[in-house]
Amino acid sequence: MSIDLSQFIPTFLEESFEGLELMESSLLDLEQGDIDTINAIFRAAHSIKGGAGTFGFNRVTDFTHDVETLLDEMRDGRRKIEQRDVDLLLRSVDCIRLLIEAARDGVECDAPSIQDVHNALAQTLNKAVNHQEEAENVEQEIVETSNETPCWKISFIPHHEMLQTGNDVLHIINALAELGPVTQVVECESIPPLDSIHPEECYLSWQITLQSSCNKGDIDEVFEWVEDECDLIVEQVKNELPEIVDEFEAVSDNVETPPLPTPSQKTDVESVSAVKPKVSNPEGGSIRVGIDKVDALINRVGELVITQAMLKQVGNDLSHQQHDLVEKLLEGLVQLEGNTRDLQEDVMRIRMLPISFVFNRFPRMVYDISSKLGKKIELKLSGEQTELDKTVMEKIGDPLVHLVRNSLDHGLEMPDERIAAGKDETGTVHLHAYHQGGYIVIDIIDDGRGLNTQRIKEKALEKGLISAEQNLSDQEINELIFAPGFSTADQVSDLSGRGVGMDVVRRNIESLGGHVALTSTPGEGSTFSVSLPLTLAILDGQLIRVASETYIVPLISIIESAQLNHNNVKAVAGNPSLYCFRDEYIPIYSIRQLFSLPSSQSPLDETMVIIVESSGNKYALLVDDLLDQQQVVLKSLDSNYMPIEGISGATILGDGGVALIVDIKGLSALKQQMSCEISHAFEHTVESVA
Amino acid sequence: MTEYESLSVTNNSSRQFLSFILAGEEYATDILKVQEIRDWTHATIVPNSPDYVEGVTNLRGQIIPIINLRTRFSLPSDDNLKNRIVIVLNVDDGHRTRLMGLLVDAFAETYDINDYEIKTAPSKISVIDDEFIIGLASANEKMLILLDVDELLTSQELTPTVNDNVA
Repeated sequence: MSIDLSQFIPTFLEESFEGLELMESSLLDLEQGDIDTINAIFRAAHSIKGGAGTFGFNRVTDFTHDVETLLDEMRDGRRKIEQRDVDLLLRSVDCIRLLIEAARDGVECDAPSIQDVHNALAQTLNKAVNHQEEAENVEQEIVETSNETPCWKISFIPHHEMLQTGNDVLHIINALAELGPVTQVVECESIPPLDSIHPEECYLSWQITLQSSCNKGDIDEVFEWVEDECDLIVEQVKNELPEIVDEFEAVSDNVETPPLPTPSQKTDVESVSAVKPKVSNPEGGSIRVGIDKVDALINRVGELVITQAMLKQVGNDLSHQQHDLVEKLLEGLVQLEGNTRDLQEDVMRIRMLPISFVFNRFPRMVYDISSKLGKKIELKLSGEQTELDKTVMEKIGDPLVHLVRNSLDHGLEMPDERIAAGKDETGTVHLHAYHQGGYIVIDIIDDGRGLNTQRIKEKALEKGLISAEQNLSDQEINELIFAPGFSTADQVSDLSGRGVGMDVVRRNIESLGGHVALTSTPGEGSTFSVSLPLTLAILDGQLIRVASETYIVPLISIIESAQLNHNNVKAVAGNPSLYCFRDEYIPIYSIRQLFSLPSSQSPLDETMVIIVESSGNKYALLVDDLLDQQQVVLKSLDSNYMPIEGISGATILGDGGVALIVDIKGLSALKQQMSCEISHAFEHTVESVA
Repeated sequence: MTEYESLSVTNNSSRQFLSFILAGEEYATDILKVQEIRDWTHATIVPNSPDYVEGVTNLRGQIIPIINLRTRFSLPSDDNLKNRIVIVLNVDDGHRTRLMGLLVDAFAETYDINDYEIKTAPSKISVIDDEFIIGLASANEKMLILLDVDELLTSQELTPTVNDNVA
């Protein structure tokens, strides 16, 4: 029988990465003598090793094996938990991650760090092994003087359901026999009467005596896979061997030792079990489902919503007719509407994950950075259970990392500086997530020195971002850190100031339909607030009409919409180009012109102006009419056609027609492209005239 | 004739083709490419796209582009056409399959055509690029132009590149 193992690789990878995350977070929480945590870390490492072995990822196996050995020593108490070892283990986790990623991509991972860490691991272990050997030598001497092999007494009482997980007692005992001579006594008191025996349960238990000079870890390893499914006591006994054998013989005189059971020999009682089974999964449990299945479901429900909207339209058209059935139909339609909306919300919730998936990476990051910078930092996390869409989550990770790094690097002061300022020497960075009106808000609050407004102003002047005459409020100056090409770091450090500035952060957040705000008090700290839509699948839109077409403008980018006041339209070189909005001249974008729609026939067209904002720039959009505001389900144009400049996607309206969604940032790119062509054409005519 | 013979020797299987009318001419496409046939309804204009892209429309929740084949082949447009249909095709560009609609004058028929009946079209017979034509075939004493829709609908203008059709 051959099974195509490769089909399980994605699951292995997913579980391994989860395991690594668990290892990392547990290591950071690790305290002296905390056996549960060590066990959790050990188990994660062990599963990764096992899985990697199955799939032939040998480098992962080799590396993880050493990590496991080190953890095993900590688990047994043979090794004290030292900060140095924890650091080493954390670095090892990074290496395992690299190795697994390399195995996944089918490439050789040749990062030098891996070899370094591996050597360090080997060194640490060696030292320990030497210690151990010494210890063993001593032990050996004792044993030699007493001229006896150490003897282990193992009490092995499997839980009734142990066999159902595919474990075979025979294999376990055979494995023990490899360590040394085994004597065993099977206890069969708990076998129920024949009529209540369940063929798949195990009623036997074993008292095993093993003569071996192995250590306890070796025995534990044999029982590794069943340790949660049995009661196991392993004790070392000396000089007791003959006694035990006698005892055994006495027992075996009374009871004929049955042959070792094989899985076919399983037995049972319905209810009464001598040993209480452990409650393995008290929570509701979960299932793994491919994201494509969820997306297909979401699409299906999206269609249902559209169909429901169409039916509602028909219902409205019929409502004036006097007929009993019409009334019933309308009632039914109202119910359908409610149910559809609930269904849509429920389905959307499937894609929602708690923000802790993003937050989890920060304890490690703060740990690393604080040691690198020599700052004392406390990280507070709150609202980790706030949920948001998986797609948004995947994209928000990097911008958040950047913002947190920024706070750690620039925001928080060195300990002595903090003491001088009369603050606690430990700085805090607080990540706080909460829901607010269809958005998730993530606050990054530090109690550092706050933004240096004066310095930002100087820098902005120096870089030509503002002019000396401009009279800006402190808030406006602070916001300049989001301007492209702005970085205040005096020295380019490893952490920030690598040219990827806050402008990229803002751009990324805005491309998700969110925005970032900041408040800062000198000497008391700064707060960055990132707000993001809960999902990328739904968008609040303003429907607009231009010529005969309906478009949708994302509501979040609209500042104001008003009747077009022609007095405010200013012409440049004969073209109406600027709109005067609250003492500010902002560029006019005519959707009709940008989208090459038939030019306006009457002066009554393009009567409305919408002021929109994107990346801190304002634009005045000229449109013919404002229609409804509604939530729309986003669809990609790309899946069957191709991306279009100035359009971020499409949606289906209640009448089944398609409406395109305007992408404000794309419009400005489109405008630039067009004016380039126009000026190009202009140059061309000039040349030909000349 | 040699071409005809070599085809007949190597291949004897038959394929089904769906034919449609375009300005009085009969074109055909491999029926396995066809997902469905729909009545023509209004499409939403896609800004700054080639003139033969009629727009996008809703096919049960999917947004699909509609290609006007008359415009594509530089045939005059005719506003009097009543029974225009959209042939929804599964187009494979080698990387992924996309759904696209082909707006044509009318649906005609389906034909079984043996591979040996397909004759290579003489090159440069029309404004249609040679690579879009699989060959020619005769059916009921009419000439069928067999189109390669994969080539036709994955040509450069319809794949993501810079769109310079801006006025």
